Amino acid sequence: MIRQGDRLLAFLLRNATAFLFVAAFLAFGVQAPAFLEPANLLNILLQSSSAAITATGMTFVLLAGGIDLSVGSIMFVSAALAGKVVLGGGSLALVIPIVLAVGIACGAINALFTTRLRIQPFIATLAALYMWRGLGLWITRTRAMNLPESLLQVGTARPLGIPAPIFIFCAVLASAHLVLARTPVGRQIYAIGNDREAADKAGIASGRVIAIVYMLSGLCAALGGLVSVAQLGAVSPTFGNQREFAAIAAAVLGGTSLFGGRGRVFPGTVLGAVLIQTVENGLVIVNANPYVYPLIMSAIIFVAVFTDSARHARLSRLSRRYIRPWQAAAHRVETANSGEEGKQ
Amino acid sequence: MNEDMLLEYEDIEKSFFGVRVLSKVSFALRKGHILGLVGENGAGKSTLVNILGGVISSDAGHIRFQGREYTAASPADAFRQGIGFIHQELNLFTNLDVAENIFIAGFPVRRIACIPWIDARAMRARAEELLGSVGLAIPCDTLVERLSQGERQLVEIAKALRLSARLIILDEPTTSLTARESERLFALMKELQGRGISMIFISHNLGDVFRLCDDIVVLRDGLVVDAGPVERFSENRVISLMVGRSLDHYYPPRATVPDEEVLLEVSGLSHPGIVEDISLTLRRGEVLGVSGLMGAGRSELARILFGLDPYTRGEISVKGLRMPSGPSRAAIRSGMAFLTENRREEGLLMEASVADNIALVCLPSFTRTPSGLVDSASLKREVSGAASKLRIRSSSLDRQKVRTLSGGNQQKVVLAKWLLSGPSVFILDEPTRGIDVGAKHEIYKIINDLAGRGAGVLLISSEIEELMGMCDRILVMSAGEITACVERPEYDRERILRFALGRKPV
Repeated sequence: MIRQGDRLLAFLLRNATAFLFVAAFLAFGVQAPAFLEPANLLNILLQSSSAAITATGMTFVLLAGGIDLSVGSIMFVSAALAGKVVLGGGSLALVIPIVLAVGIACGAINALFTTRLRIQPFIATLAALYMWRGLGLWITRTRAMNLPESLLQVGTARPLGIPAPIFIFCAVLASAHLVLARTPVGRQIYAIGNDREAADKAGIASGRVIAIVYMLSGLCAALGGLVSVAQLGAVSPTFGNQREFAAIAAAVLGGTSLFGGRGRVFPGTVLGAVLIQTVENGLVIVNANPYVYPLIMSAIIFVAVFTDSARHARLSRLSRRYIRPWQAAAHRVETANSGEEGKQ
Repeated sequence: MNEDMLLEYEDIEKSFFGVRVLSKVSFALRKGHILGLVGENGAGKSTLVNILGGVISSDAGHIRFQGREYTAASPADAFRQGIGFIHQELNLFTNLDVAENIFIAGFPVRRIACIPWIDARAMRARAEELLGSVGLAIPCDTLVERLSQGERQLVEIAKALRLSARLIILDEPTTSLTARESERLFALMKELQGRGISMIFISHNLGDVFRLCDDIVVLRDGLVVDAGPVERFSENRVISLMVGRSLDHYYPPRATVPDEEVLLEVSGLSHPGIVEDISLTLRRGEVLGVSGLMGAGRSELARILFGLDPYTRGEISVKGLRMPSGPSRAAIRSGMAFLTENRREEGLLMEASVADNIALVCLPSFTRTPSGLVDSASLKREVSGAASKLRIRSSSLDRQKVRTLSGGNQQKVVLAKWLLSGPSVFILDEPTRGIDVGAKHEIYKIINDLAGRGAGVLLISSEIEELMGMCDRILVMSAGEITACVERPEYDRERILRFALGRKPV
């Protein structure tokens, strides 16, 4: 039956990331039993926390129908600044607020570009990508910085017995989830991503909401950069390079639509970020040829984007206007039952 | 100054790109009355209510609302002042649930730790109450994408009632509703009226207007041609006021008669929910009209014929060749031209020059063979030839942006674009919508000229008079089906209108 095939396809599309996840675990677990050891699994979580924090910020932007290509560079600027302040004798209590403020400021500039100057977010944040990277290189004089013990505490501390990166990651995740699901701004982000024009007509202050979204993205990127630098213990000139793509990939893998208005940070974006890290980790453990990494990563991103556009095409079919509504009702129910995601 | 008046328009004017859309519009609406706003397409109805709804601003004149001078800076501003606007295209967010849609611009909140959290319980309770008042029995956490058009309409009204609106504007609310859903909407409108809420009701269905409204305002070419209580009008009188001119001199006569040769043949064309069992033939030199009310499926049929939308059953052949169901490039190659209803969005590149727009379709035929580059000299010659043939009034073909042309000239640019590719079948969807009388006349002459030179023209129009003046035969559509084919000797406005009202199963 065609319809059954259709339903199966819809099911696969909806759960593509979960299938990839299971497949990755099975494949690596069979090839290298060390992969499944608890120590390694914890390691995967530790390694993915920085990316997951950044991807959470990205999810906000994508939900509102925008994109933020500058997050990798924001990570770099904030890490470089953190390094400078710590090397100059600043305490951790001073570093953290400075870094977070810088992240918000970078996001505010992105927001200014896109809402006030009405530049396409893709172009505006692409320009910002070069701008912040340039600023970071200027701060570091294009030299790698090795950082003192005090900053590494952020990576090694264990509040409530949980490693700090995972703790921060869970805190970010929980607050992001609550904001998106339970606050007016959160729901308005979904509305703007669904239909910007209708949002304006409905009286939503779209400009303000979009500004918030970019500032949150900047904040998350700065926090992600801080976590990452604390784990690495050094800032190199390529720090944060191309992390924007990992962040977008994680969000889209988690079911957030590049077309806006659909997606969730939990479980979506978290799952996406952890999946990417799982595959990277697994490839190292099974001793894969390093040249294969980018190929596999690109295949995963392709799957994510492909499922997103397939889903989007299905949805636009559903929202068509019908001339003969009594036929359309049956038609629509049929298509809807064969699988669309539930409540966001 | 009358105490009973809720709303008064005084000498409101508005122009777009130098074309006057409203001139000195004045009328008044009583408290608790329903006012029917009628007029042909392009008469200025939407502009009139968009000013009220804060979507656009007027150029001159005053509005008084609830006894005070009224202006609305934005739709939100209008809403706060007690005016609810239900647009023809609904403004609902399909990814959110019903309650969230109702409260999207003003959630009930509770502050915990200085952060405003949505008070979900209060929101749901209030939403249930509002849904109850519009008679919609669905759980308020249903996603809007799961609702039917009729249910969505009721959600829009519930949304408008959130801030106790005094006036609700309904712009063509029934176009995508079933008969039963429309009845439900009308019952609700009567009930709201009973609660003292005034309404402005825009509809092409005069029967509905006469049933529901207390007052009628007839607009023609941006002027109020008559206004008053409904008792003063009859349907026939409204129609003649809307059209307002005799047909005889208005439509240029055509010297040629149709050939026997069939250019376009369609049989049994169907797509679920869109069109059903459409069959038609278009002959050489023929102008075939397609009539129907808003939402009868005329534009949808045109899009399917041109290959922009898919179909599931039936056959389309052009000059005996069967067309594949697919992208419109096949249709262009086989000699079809399509002029879209919405030229601002579909037919033209508004920011490009006149010449670039005209050259768009025929570019491939002007490439030099080995290099693949465009032969711009001969292209330019052809473009200016087409432009002068259609008398496009433009200061510079190369430099003037299409956006700055008047509506009539824009329409001619679209026609010129297709003329250059030498098509034999023209599908013209509302070619005279929103353009002034003089430009209309020129478009009519061009259509006659096309038919005279052996093309077949499928002319889709909402103006029955236009079709009767221009066409050899008129097909009437209703609810996605062809309900009649009227030959020239049987032309009669009422007859066509009756077929257009057609059957709508309940």
